[in-house]
Amino acid sequence: MPDGIAPVSAGATPEEARIEAAVRAVLGSLSGDMTAMEAALLAELEGLGRTVARAKQEIASLRVDDITLSHIPSATDELDAIVGHTAQATNEILDCCETLEGVATRVGGTEADALAAVVTRIYEACSFQDITGQRIGKVVTALKAIEARVAQVTARFGAVAGAAIAQGAEPPPAADAAAEPETEGRRLAHGPQLPGAGVSQADIDKLLADFD
Amino acid sequence: MPMDKNTSVLIVDDYKTMLRIIRNLLKQLDFENVEEATDGTEALAKMRAGNFGLVISDWNMAPMTGLDLLKEVRADARLKSTPFIMITAESKTENVVAAKQAGVSNYIVKPFNAETLREKIEKVMAHA
Repeated sequence: MPDGIAPVSAGATPEEARIEAAVRAVLGSLSGDMTAMEAALLAELEGLGRTVARAKQEIASLRVDDITLSHIPSATDELDAIVGHTAQATNEILDCCETLEGVATRVGGTEADALAAVVTRIYEACSFQDITGQRIGKVVTALKAIEARVAQVTARFGAVAGAAIAQGAEPPPAADAAAEPETEGRRLAHGPQLPGAGVSQADIDKLLADFD
Repeated sequence: MPMDKNTSVLIVDDYKTMLRIIRNLLKQLDFENVEEATDGTEALAKMRAGNFGLVISDWNMAPMTGLDLLKEVRADARLKSTPFIMITAESKTENVVAAKQAGVSNYIVKPFNAETLREKIEKVMAHA
């Protein structure tokens, strides 16, 4: 064995043994004496191979089933519950607004106008539920994409994810958007933009006016 | 030109609370003849079965989006001249341009206020 190539350790994994066998095969195919640089290069290659093998084992040993079967479904359930609770609260507020509108009709005059103005402001504010619901929907979609990607990577480097699926676990769902036809409307459906990222109503009005 | 408060209005949104908010704001503007749909497919069926003078639609709905509904409406010989206002959280320039190219009558970005809604309805009804 040339200098710089370590012998296989007694505790080498099958993967490491396979890499070493490959390195030995390369060495065996070389004719003549190796230069010190070539030997060092081969030693580096072998070390790199062992590092990759260890990384693959570590990825394969990740508890991906915890992620795909517990963590992400739990997170998405919690987010769904948030949407449900805010919808319920918003409906309660809207019930109160409708009652106030009834009161305004009965009292009349300036008090009625004041009540109507306040109720209108509450209606405007309640549209938060739509915006937050859409934002949470974007987070859920992102979580599902992460779930699918983690399962793909782990399945590529080990049998853990495959074993979980074989034991009856549901494979991660495909992204929702993939199930619907790709129309222009769907392609351009980005959801709410972060503050400052979208155009304002004034910008939109100007843009529309430019078309006329 | 004053708004015709007898106009039948179809509001389309997949959020029930949003439908309720828009319905109540329309009621404040004295529009009493209001129907609802929760996506473009349901809205198109209602439009083909009914006679609406104004559509107020969200964009991001499934299975049919508001933009796809707008295209269907503009391609339908009977429905094509119906005033169509998009009320949506989609606030990218490309969305506004796509909606305009598809024939939207006006475009309101969420969150919006009652005055903006009144102003846009008045404007599109004046051109109807």
